[in-house]
Amino acid sequence: MSLLKYESQIREPLVDGNKDYHQVTEDIIRPIEMKPTRLWYIGFYISVALLLFGVYSIYREVTYGIGQWNLTKTIGWGWDITNFVWWVGIGHAGTLISAILLLFRQGWRTGVNRAAEAMTIFAVMCAGQFPIWHMGRVWMAFFVLPYPNSRGPLWVNFNSPLLWDVFAISTYFTVSLLFWYSGLLPDLATVRDRAKTKLRKLLYGVASFGWTGSTKHWQRHESLSLVLAGLSTPLVLSVHTIVSFDFATSIVPGWHTTIFPPYFVAGAIFSGFAMVQTLMIILRKVFMLEDYITLGHIEAMNKVIVLTGSIVGIAYITELFIAWYGQNPYEWYAFKENRANLFSPYGWSYWLMMFCNVVSPQMFWFKKLRRNIAFTFFMSIIVNIGMWYERFVIIVTSTYRDYLPSSWSTYYSPSIYEIGFYLGTFGLFFTCFFLFAKYFPVIAVAEIKSILKTTGESYKHKMTEIEKADSEKFYIEEVEHAH
Amino acid sequence: MAGGIKKFVVGCFDDEAVLFPAVKKVRRAGYKIHDVYTPFPVHGLDHAMGLRETSIHTAGFIYGIAGTTTALTTISWIFTKDWPLNIGGKPHFALPAWIPITFELTVLFAAVGMVLTFCYLCQLSPFIKKHHFHLRATDDLFVMAIECTDKTNDAEVQAFLQNAGAKEINVQHAETGWWIGRYDREQKLYRD
Repeated sequence: MSLLKYESQIREPLVDGNKDYHQVTEDIIRPIEMKPTRLWYIGFYISVALLLFGVYSIYREVTYGIGQWNLTKTIGWGWDITNFVWWVGIGHAGTLISAILLLFRQGWRTGVNRAAEAMTIFAVMCAGQFPIWHMGRVWMAFFVLPYPNSRGPLWVNFNSPLLWDVFAISTYFTVSLLFWYSGLLPDLATVRDRAKTKLRKLLYGVASFGWTGSTKHWQRHESLSLVLAGLSTPLVLSVHTIVSFDFATSIVPGWHTTIFPPYFVAGAIFSGFAMVQTLMIILRKVFMLEDYITLGHIEAMNKVIVLTGSIVGIAYITELFIAWYGQNPYEWYAFKENRANLFSPYGWSYWLMMFCNVVSPQMFWFKKLRRNIAFTFFMSIIVNIGMWYERFVIIVTSTYRDYLPSSWSTYYSPSIYEIGFYLGTFGLFFTCFFLFAKYFPVIAVAEIKSILKTTGESYKHKMTEIEKADSEKFYIEEVEHAH
Repeated sequence: MAGGIKKFVVGCFDDEAVLFPAVKKVRRAGYKIHDVYTPFPVHGLDHAMGLRETSIHTAGFIYGIAGTTTALTTISWIFTKDWPLNIGGKPHFALPAWIPITFELTVLFAAVGMVLTFCYLCQLSPFIKKHHFHLRATDDLFVMAIECTDKTNDAEVQAFLQNAGAKEINVQHAETGWWIGRYDREQKLYRD
């Protein structure tokens, strides 16, 4: 009897090609040990340039104040909080892949979890920038922390969703970072033990914390990962729930709805998976990892996109229905005139959002399209544009007309520094991601090895032999005997 | 922290399907397995080696409870005793509004506490160095280290491992604990 449980041939292999353990190490670690390609440098420099423009935009904002942004009397959040919610949402897919799919025992997560978790961490870093710099007097940012102070002590308001957000985002960032790095330790040790240069030995030696691969350590590591996954699952749901509370606990028409928490969480996972697709399609090509991030992986993620996209669609329609059914004149006006009316100042953004998030992902019901890389890449961009507009619609169309018509804003368009700040976070995100892809194993090497012999292409053939032997044995013992 | 220098017979296997029966044979023969180093978590190997279940999750539960208690006591003390704020005449003790922060702190304490405990138990930290029996233990080899006593006949152990299917066998004198060190420097802790 074999100790290994081979997966059925019907299931698509998760690792293509004829690989052994050493080949897996070679394939994934080699890009770290080589000089970066010209493409890497071009991408990296563009990211750094964007980042620097973002830094300049923030410099303007801090020096001259929030007036550098075109926020108006009623649109106090504008692009800034739109971007915040968008980036936080992007982060959610990483945790979903690493935590929820671990609990559901989905083998395909091993191909994409490492890069998706990195994406989570960088996305949350970007998201955090927006509320912090929105404070204006950013040197007072530490006032959000509850500590005994000389101002009374005057405490923060624990009943406010904005403070819940401080706790939610910082906890989310910390836990994601710990989860990601504890998973990285064994792989960093692999890089360390292969290292040829002194510097590499030193740096990866420090970074891998002296990991040996002892069985007892693996046992604790497995238990740790499982519990961290169990903690991250409700955590990720709570984070976007709390972000939605920023809106839902107010009495602004269009925000004051109880559907927000599930609707935001589904939207977050939806946009996050789109971003994972964008990154993975580039990553597998640039680092030649097509054997590990297969078409099967891309298809699986597209299935998640069509599911969450449909949940988001139902949420939009429910929200619209309840606004009419509830017969609150202000609520209904916000939906009917500010959003659904195509000829109102922001009607176009509502219908753009509807098209990108509800109509376009339905294309993924077709298997051909789910497995089409170019189409998937195109769709991932569309979905991310759509999800950005969702937050824009929620924030701007609800606030540009308030209860006092004399203060209605005619039109809000962002200033160059508002846009620059957003572009700057793209710079931050991609700078981090390029550095990560250069210096860290982008696929969880140890985890791939642990599924290799059950789902690797070259090992699955053995399953056929076992099945054949089994059925012959069954025939000889049971069927023939009965006759 | 030096654990002392001991002598080991080291056997390297290249297939976990060979490793499992080998572990059982070695244990049945009465040899003491110091440890088995694997490139990935081999499920069931801890049971085969007779290791105790880890209780790190229990520690996580305790840290979580500590987080819950910290959040609830701190917030209720601040809002009912230290500085009661009148928010629209609503009760000072507003438990439902505190649930989000309580939950976040529960998760934060449990996660941070567990990771620190994990690092402490496994002696993991930057600038910590340990003896590595084989560099390919993090690549594609399953490395079994058998501890020798004065009475052990290491030639016999080597033959035994050969028989059990080990591809590469050698004898090493090694420090069993950890020490402060860097991986780019050779460091000898003992004199032969």
